[in-house]
Amino acid sequence: MEEILSNKPEEKIILLGNEAIIRGALESGVNFISTYPGTPASEIGNVFSRIAKETGVYFEFSTNEKVALEAAAGASFSGLRALVAMKDFGINVASDSLMPLCYTGVEGGMVILVADDPNCWSSAQSEQSSRAYSYLAHIPTLEPSDPQECKDFTKLAFEISEKFKIPVMIRTTTRVSHQKAPVLLGKILKKKRKAFFPKDPQRFSTMPPGIFDLKRKLLEKIEKIKGFSEKSKINSIKQQAKGEKRGIITSGVSYLYAREALKELNLNLPILKFGFFYPLPEKKIKNFIKNLKKVLIVEELEGYLEKEIKALAKDINPKLQIFGKKLISEVGELHPEDVIFALAKFVEGKYQIKKAEIPFKKRLPRLCPGCPYWLIISAIKKAIDPKKVIFGGEIGCYMLFRNPPIEMQDYLSCMGSSVGIAHGIKRATGQKIITFVGDSSFIHAGIPALINAVFNKSNPLIIIMDNRTTAMTGHQPHPGAALRTDSEYQMTFKMPGAIKIEDIVLACGVKNLKVIDPANQEEFAKTVKEFLEKDEVSVIVAKRICALLVKKSKE
Amino acid sequence: MKNKISQFNLVIVGVGGQGLLTLLQILNEAALKEDYEVKSAEVHGLSQRGGSIEVYCRFGKDIFSPLVKKGGANLIISLETQEVLRSIHFSSKETTFLINNFFVPIPDQNTPKIEEISKILEKFSKKIILIPASDTCKKEFGTDVIAGIYLLGYAISKNLIPLKSNSMISAIKKVIPEKYLDLNLKTFHFAKKFE
Repeated sequence: MEEILSNKPEEKIILLGNEAIIRGALESGVNFISTYPGTPASEIGNVFSRIAKETGVYFEFSTNEKVALEAAAGASFSGLRALVAMKDFGINVASDSLMPLCYTGVEGGMVILVADDPNCWSSAQSEQSSRAYSYLAHIPTLEPSDPQECKDFTKLAFEISEKFKIPVMIRTTTRVSHQKAPVLLGKILKKKRKAFFPKDPQRFSTMPPGIFDLKRKLLEKIEKIKGFSEKSKINSIKQQAKGEKRGIITSGVSYLYAREALKELNLNLPILKFGFFYPLPEKKIKNFIKNLKKVLIVEELEGYLEKEIKALAKDINPKLQIFGKKLISEVGELHPEDVIFALAKFVEGKYQIKKAEIPFKKRLPRLCPGCPYWLIISAIKKAIDPKKVIFGGEIGCYMLFRNPPIEMQDYLSCMGSSVGIAHGIKRATGQKIITFVGDSSFIHAGIPALINAVFNKSNPLIIIMDNRTTAMTGHQPHPGAALRTDSEYQMTFKMPGAIKIEDIVLACGVKNLKVIDPANQEEFAKTVKEFLEKDEVSVIVAKRICALLVKKSKE
Repeated sequence: MKNKISQFNLVIVGVGGQGLLTLLQILNEAALKEDYEVKSAEVHGLSQRGGSIEVYCRFGKDIFSPLVKKGGANLIISLETQEVLRSIHFSSKETTFLINNFFVPIPDQNTPKIEEISKILEKFSKKIILIPASDTCKKEFGTDVIAGIYLLGYAISKNLIPLKSNSMISAIKKVIPEKYLDLNLKTFHFAKKFE
């Protein structure tokens, strides 16, 4: 039996932050899990897909995060407890559903796990602070600092969600989701819930004029939850220091660095640590800052807390000196020494460490040996001069096309965007474009863009890299490469999945379509040359299994 | 009577695919077994794509941050020789470098000589230990996938990490799948013989 399912209460086991969230969900009697893979949240899907059968929890890999959120919403409306997990960009994709969901509220508790990635360890696109969604959607948001809090806050989130009938967001970062520490286990809750969707359009339909009632109710809920936040133990002052006029305000992983910094500089300053990012316990904050001379906000990425504190300080303590982004960068992840430096400046002290410049270039990740993409690249280079063609990049293993020795990526944005942007460039300039999109990415977001290119008449050459899996995030199944059997997924490898990508391409109205194994270099190169001259959208489905799955596919 | 340390900070660097996450798991379990507070930090996804990997393990008392601070490493283990250069900002004069004498060339770059690397390291610490872990494992066991275990075995036997050999062995037994257990335990013990 997997250790994460151990039912010895009071046992301490080492868990990843993500694993602790799973455990917290199980201890809350979760019924329904949906997700789309994205690091640093991927483990949540991976582990649940393994334990779903054993635990009797419903699990699915959805086609994208918007659908995942909607599926969970449906389950929650019907009275089940649901958890949706995604990386930061996933909430962007899901955001269209997030807003109305907060208006309608939920029935069964619903927790949305959003894992940000400061420093972009596993991300391109942008360095996003998803906290902004708390304000935009009015969704209560908790920020755990370590694996124990990941578990405890997940349980609390389900409680809040069901008590106030509102989804709750848990926002982590890489250094929380991929932090490992011992976690004290509780009891796994096995509670059968009867699922039923009540016909109640006043509650679940967001049409005007009813929508204004929903909005008022939502704002009232937030006020009530603010009261809950005021009383909550997870917002608390760590290290009281009587008479001390300097204080620290922080949350999430930054709290851990603040504790280290105080140790390092031998200081005893009071710390106000938030477990709630939204709504903030304003009374608690005012009480904390009213008698201080200066406060240091230890915060990673954009200074949201700093803005809030500045606004609150105006009435209660207008002379308060507030330090935040002046001392701590908005860019890049926070390190313990960054906080030590900031704290040293804050108390007008000194801190020095030896400078060390790394004397050689970073070892960049590259495609695995034997990756079918090497074959695609070589075939393209046989067909055309790369300097004369624009290459559209996509999110997935082909992100690495930017790096040497390949260097075939002229733009990279978000999932599915390679096709959309190619269309725009084509309509603007008519230059030759080869744009790449993965099998999973195509299903996630590429289809509307493909239809658009056909409908609005552009002619990029789109290469769909069908390696029979969602590779970069850990080889999860997707509809083009797997079948769902009851409570499990079966990778189909060389056989078609639940849907056939080339069938979808045809259905989108594409006339120039070929399915080629990139090992057939000659045919591939010839087709690339031929398709680049076409006046209409052309698609090559490059079908060859991921090198890391070859062994599995033979078993 | 146990002589408990206050804090031990370990940085492990290497190349994706060298098994750093497994080493981390073993260290975590061993530290937990000895009732230490323990925290580690890792990054996922690069493992199979051959990029630089940096993981941290901290144990002792009052451990908050999962990241080791710059200049704060007690021991830096490098599973690939060039990668150690990426970790020098974690070292102080007190830091010990335990390096696998094993190069994975970086495409489009010249591979520095071992002497060049030692010269740079010596500016930071005099405690530099170079061990041909990969070559030794290949020779003795036919594979270098266990080079990391070899280095851990050496480190434990020379008291470079304040954890007991028995804790490590029980951790290996907990973490390593049954079919590879024998090889890993043999490697761990064999490393003690290196002088």
